[in-house]
Amino acid sequence: MEAARDAREAAPRSPTALSAELSDARLVARCRGGDEEAWSALVERFSRYVYAIAVQAFRLPQHDAEDVFQEVFARVYERLDTLREDEAVRPWIAQLTRRLCIDRLRAGSREITADTEELPDAPDEDVLAQLEESFDVHDAMARLSENCREILDRFFARDESYRAIGEALELPAGTIASRISRCLVKLREEIGPEARPESR
Amino acid sequence: MSAYDIERLSRLIGMLPPAPAAWVRAARELPRARRELDNIVERAESDAEFRRALIADLETALQAEGVEPTWPLLDELRRRVS
Repeated sequence: MEAARDAREAAPRSPTALSAELSDARLVARCRGGDEEAWSALVERFSRYVYAIAVQAFRLPQHDAEDVFQEVFARVYERLDTLREDEAVRPWIAQLTRRLCIDRLRAGSREITADTEELPDAPDEDVLAQLEESFDVHDAMARLSENCREILDRFFARDESYRAIGEALELPAGTIASRISRCLVKLREEIGPEARPESR
Repeated sequence: MSAYDIERLSRLIGMLPPAPAAWVRAARELPRARRELDNIVERAESDAEFRRALIADLETALQAEGVEPTWPLLDELRRRVS
């Protein structure tokens, strides 16, 4: 069974498919072994997360967010060997991103007011907490059918119209709303009873 | 029955839009970019003329090798050839 799984994993995959199939720990282990497909999948899995932390929680302008984004992945690539527990890659990346965002804000602040020790805007902790939840929801989405995953992502995360989604997926635009609704129900079932209570 | 209502679920999906495609592409290509960087540095060590041109314009040198000149790569290249 292990051999069959390894054989499946050895076959070429799109980064999205590979990211959906492998746990964080397996993905990291394969990256550490020099597997470039796995690296691509790791970037695929965490790119939105890093981007959202920089832009939504720290409200960095795009050019600063881009520098932080590239620096985060450069450091992850260089220092993956130093990660003690492979399954801890997500909090590690989150912490790295937060630290680099703070560095960036401090550098910007120094340029503006060299004589103050005051820290620039702190991150929005509520947004950070919601991003964690959002990541979990996207993880659950990755376990849905490709069709559902695409529809939900295109509509809610990419802000595409029914028409654009219909054209991209070769589906009648008139059926998109009902598909979205069905896919949301499936997603809710996929998340299951482990979901956090609705306290926000 | 899950504790997520549809509205909240929709909002949470929308909180993680894709990062700009060019950023993601550059990050995905890091392994290849690192190899190209090694090749460039090796060539600079054996070719003084190339090294001079390289130091004068690192960004163009990376682009010529098909590497997206992100700042971490430029920074590393600068460090290694200076």
